[in-house]
Amino acid sequence: MKSLAELDKLRDKLQQEMKARQGEHDVSIAVSMGTCGIAAGAREVVKVLLNELREQGLSDVALTQTSCVGLCRQEPLLEVKMGDEKVIYVNVDQEKAKEIVKRHLVKGEIITEWTVS
Amino acid sequence: MSSINLTIDNMQVQVEPGTTVLQAARQAGIKIPTLCYLEEINEIGACRICLVEVQGARTLQASCVTPVSEGMVVRTNTTQVRQVRKMNLELIMSNHPQECLTCPRSTNCELQQLASELGITEIKFAGEMSSYEPDYSSASLVRDPRKCILCRRCTSVCENVQKVNAIGPQERGFNTIVAPAFLEPLGEVSCVNCGQCALVCPTAAIHEKDQTAEVWKVLADPKKHVVVQTAPAVRVSIGEMFGLQPGSVETGRLVAALRKLGFDRVFDTDFTADLTIMEEGNELLQRIKEGGKLPLVTSCSPGWIKYIEHFYPEMLPHLSTCKSPQQMFGALAKSYYVEQAGIDAADIFVVSIMPCTAKKFEAGRHEMADSGHQDVDVVLTTRELGKMLREAGIEFSALAEEEYDAPLGMSTGAGVIFGSTGGVMEAALRTAYELVTGETLPALDFHAVRGLEGVKEASVNLNGTTLNAVVAHGLGNAMDVLERVKAGHQYHFIEIMCCPGGCIGGGGQPIPTNREVREKRMAGIYNADQGMVIRKSHENPAVQALYKDFLGEPLGHKSHQLLHTHYMPRNRH
Amino acid sequence: MEMYRSHVLVCAGAGCISSDCKSVQQALLANINDLRLDNEVKVVETGCMGPCDLGPVVMVFPDGVFYRKLKPEDTREIVNEHLLKGKVVTRLLHSPVGSSEKVVSFNELEFFKRQTRIALRNTGVINPESVEEYIARDGYRALGKALSQMTPEEVVITIKESGLRGRGGAGFPTGLKWQFTAAAPGSPKYVVCNADEGDPGAFMDRSILEGDPHSVLEAMAICGYAIGANKGYIYVRAEYPLAVERLELAISKGREYGLLGENIFGTGFSFDVEIRVGAGAFVCGEETALLASIEGQRGEPRPKPPFPAQEGLWGKPTVINNVETLANIAQIVLNGAPWYASMGTEKSKGTKVFALAGKVNNTGLVEVPMGTTLREIIFDIGGGINGGKKFKAVQTGGPSGGCIPEAYLDTPVDYDSLNELGTIMGSGGMIIVDEDTCMVDLAKFFLDFVQDESCGKCAPCRIGTKRMLEILERITSGQGQEGDIELLEELSYGIKNSALCGLGQTAPNPVLSTLRYFRHEYEAHIRDHKCPAAACPELLTYYIDPRACKGCGVCSKACPSDAVIGEKKKPHTIDLNKCIKCGTCKQKCKFDAVITV
Repeated sequence: MKSLAELDKLRDKLQQEMKARQGEHDVSIAVSMGTCGIAAGAREVVKVLLNELREQGLSDVALTQTSCVGLCRQEPLLEVKMGDEKVIYVNVDQEKAKEIVKRHLVKGEIITEWTVS
Repeated sequence: MSSINLTIDNMQVQVEPGTTVLQAARQAGIKIPTLCYLEEINEIGACRICLVEVQGARTLQASCVTPVSEGMVVRTNTTQVRQVRKMNLELIMSNHPQECLTCPRSTNCELQQLASELGITEIKFAGEMSSYEPDYSSASLVRDPRKCILCRRCTSVCENVQKVNAIGPQERGFNTIVAPAFLEPLGEVSCVNCGQCALVCPTAAIHEKDQTAEVWKVLADPKKHVVVQTAPAVRVSIGEMFGLQPGSVETGRLVAALRKLGFDRVFDTDFTADLTIMEEGNELLQRIKEGGKLPLVTSCSPGWIKYIEHFYPEMLPHLSTCKSPQQMFGALAKSYYVEQAGIDAADIFVVSIMPCTAKKFEAGRHEMADSGHQDVDVVLTTRELGKMLREAGIEFSALAEEEYDAPLGMSTGAGVIFGSTGGVMEAALRTAYELVTGETLPALDFHAVRGLEGVKEASVNLNGTTLNAVVAHGLGNAMDVLERVKAGHQYHFIEIMCCPGGCIGGGGQPIPTNREVREKRMAGIYNADQGMVIRKSHENPAVQALYKDFLGEPLGHKSHQLLHTHYMPRNRH
Repeated sequence: MEMYRSHVLVCAGAGCISSDCKSVQQALLANINDLRLDNEVKVVETGCMGPCDLGPVVMVFPDGVFYRKLKPEDTREIVNEHLLKGKVVTRLLHSPVGSSEKVVSFNELEFFKRQTRIALRNTGVINPESVEEYIARDGYRALGKALSQMTPEEVVITIKESGLRGRGGAGFPTGLKWQFTAAAPGSPKYVVCNADEGDPGAFMDRSILEGDPHSVLEAMAICGYAIGANKGYIYVRAEYPLAVERLELAISKGREYGLLGENIFGTGFSFDVEIRVGAGAFVCGEETALLASIEGQRGEPRPKPPFPAQEGLWGKPTVINNVETLANIAQIVLNGAPWYASMGTEKSKGTKVFALAGKVNNTGLVEVPMGTTLREIIFDIGGGINGGKKFKAVQTGGPSGGCIPEAYLDTPVDYDSLNELGTIMGSGGMIIVDEDTCMVDLAKFFLDFVQDESCGKCAPCRIGTKRMLEILERITSGQGQEGDIELLEELSYGIKNSALCGLGQTAPNPVLSTLRYFRHEYEAHIRDHKCPAAACPELLTYYIDPRACKGCGVCSKACPSDAVIGEKKKPHTIDLNKCIKCGTCKQKCKFDAVITV
């Protein structure tokens, strides 16, 4: 360790990995993981989401699961929360999941055609 | 640095920086009672008797370890101070057997003395007492842990002065005991039997092995011819057992007292001290001449011998092969003397009066039987002799002086000074000078090797060759000298005495033996030397006769058989 | 980048280890692997989280769900339901005493909510074996700041102005200690961390060492910079093998990253740390005894002055700080003295860690601001007394401290308020006792401890505490005599005033404080041969209530001394001459017919 600046750089990098341990997150994605969701492919959606978050370096996003919200026909289903704003996407597949991360989380663009109507 | 001003008991006192409150009080003539404290040796604040009030301090302070500071206000005699001192003394006494009447240290016990001074009339705190068993395993010393008050003086002497570390505090809390590591018996560890511990013990927790009963028994046996030898240092200390000043030369009364006790012959170890000079002096000259192992180191002191056997076995070849004067005496008494006197060697009994506890161990070494019998039968310390004389009702100071018996009682001033550190060296130099140069020594006194300095060096010109001599006393100093030798210092001759001050400060001497007492006894030794007609060993006519009639020549065949020995490496525990 | 959607923190503090958190952790990992979640979920073994009586405990992030008292078989459900499906497993949640409501998140629990964690900020949160996790939590930034932006004097002033006082017992101002050592002539100087924690019940130092070892190393290096030392020693007891292991690892990681060793942060400052393992003598917590022990001598105190700041390790100026004290240092340097000094009371700043033990519901470690009341600590955080019993007293400061009765529960806790009550802060042990505890017996427990741990050097401690213990033993066995209380007082006074070290000087405190608040209990033992708490077995008398006894005979069969007599179906009686007061009959009776008075 040659300087405080070097330490800070290392810290910033390492902090990304620790973000999950914060109690509060401004941005979260909750994937519905009821039997219906899992049957519809929610597991794969979670894996893709996590990979995409890693790709994009979005360590500050909490990726959680919820139980069935009652919209079983539209599973896989997930809710993106940014601050007070909540958006629910339905019939999410692996491709859509990637797009949601890229467009909604990175660019802040809500993909209205996939949201619940 | 300028001096420090403080107030003790409303008195203004001015002392040097670094002084303790206890020392400052003493300088001001104020007495503070102490128990564990032993000047320069044990200053650890363990007993909590020397407590004083220091203004501003949260608790009472142990004055022996509290340094003075500017403006300090000390009170040594308040109700609180007296109460707590008494409480601590009562606590100590509550774990000390109340056996004063039968205790070997009765009337010479610091605990007893202190209890009287502090006005202890009852012990409020009765309870469990330490139950460690006495340890009789050593040939020289008895440990009685029940009587130990854990003042640590013995361990301080053993660790810091002698650097032997044979005993130390073991276990914890109420079970704390001063003992060898792992509570091994004292006789089985690297204790060198010097007895310095016994000398500083305030009670009877460690004392010499009392062998007076064996001597009373043979004195009463008409079939035994009982001879006694007295070590040089005993004559300047025995008087202390009878209230005389340390250093008072009591040779004549000592002889008279021993005769009164019933010894058949009263001889002098000084005689074999002279003989030692003849043998060892020639050994030195021979080693120098023939390229033998140098430096040559003296071998008179049995504590020192056991020390080097344990701690520096690789240096044993440096030791003179001469037996100590005590053992030379024993060997001659049971060979030369019995032959001359026409006594059966089996009927003679040799008793030594020594300033030393290690001599008890030495006399029992199995190789010390070259006469065909154990050369010395019993060794008594100065203290044990004092007790016998008291028991016999002999009024020591009222005795008329008497002379030693011939031939083994004939000696010179050179033999006498063996009793002090530097004495063997000085005696050897007196003889070596004259033997080598063939000239008479102009001045007999070698002041460079006298005194209580720990290590003393001197160089003497012997016919163009310089002889480098060094003298050490106390094993800590001995260790320093050995390390110097290992580091390549060029010495020819080294005198080492186990005890601080040499034999005058021996572990068998009267208690107290402190710096002041040592100085006085040392002065006594040199006074005795001054008073002798002959002051060089090679001029002792009885020694000359011994060579002529019996031994032949120094380092000759018979000498080797009777007067020389060998050593054994021992483990370091 | 290593990113996981969920971190599962498994507490591996001492308490949880003893309730077998290791098996829980293994089962958890196995189940995660079974469901192939290992790429998404990270399991982290942490130091002590605090609520030790609830162990094994686990926290699941990002949601912060707190599961307690887990068994290995519970982990399947956690993995299947929570980690996979996001469904919290309600039956494994905690509900605080007196409430049937299950609490989901750890930060909704009073136990955590009321704490302010500075010394414990990383303990239970990070993987103690990962220097990276420590760095991610601002680790070593304080050292970097000190070395590159502050002079040594500024560091000392910061610590002084923070008001931090030694957390090991005596509460000496830490900054002052640093200042004295920095100013003392002599070189080299040393930094020593006192990790010889020994008070019965206290284990905060162990938790910090095991849970956040780098915080101690960083603080030692900061101290070294401040006082001009390049070498530190951690004196840790051999009974803390995990702490030693974690420290060793932390030291080697620190060296690897260049945070210890030569030329740290390129500033030319060098500092390294060595561990010394002590044999676990309580007295070695005393600083001069500790130094003797590091030097390889018998662990015994020596008189002070000279203080270690002047003549410490090998006679050189030495700072000795305890673990918890050091754990505050980095945060003070980072956040500034005013931040730290804004917490606490006038003379006791910051926070203090307490170890709650005894008859309290939530035993464990808590950290609260100085000035928090005993009532908040014991009742709000600690959850009150076990089994609905009545609070009697809290013993603080371990064997050097004393007890505080109910009347003073609203006292804000700091160094001075505790001193006024006749006890001390000590290292922060709090032993809560209820109505069933005999206060004479409690005092006896501590006296037994100190007399056993006395080094034996000075007479008042070696013999005096033994005599005090003997008196307490006879009082609790019904053999007390008139005058015993006075004798105890005389001994206490004398020992306090004359013992060589702090251990001896404070040894009488448990007796003095129980005499101060519960003298009547001593008197009852001595005069009436009764133990008011009915706790001293030798002072109990067993009776059978004839109205309650059904004559079933269970007690008479169980009695080892055939003291229970009576016919079947008729009330039994106890022959008091035969009764050995073992209490078996009372335990066996299903009708509560055996009573003790």
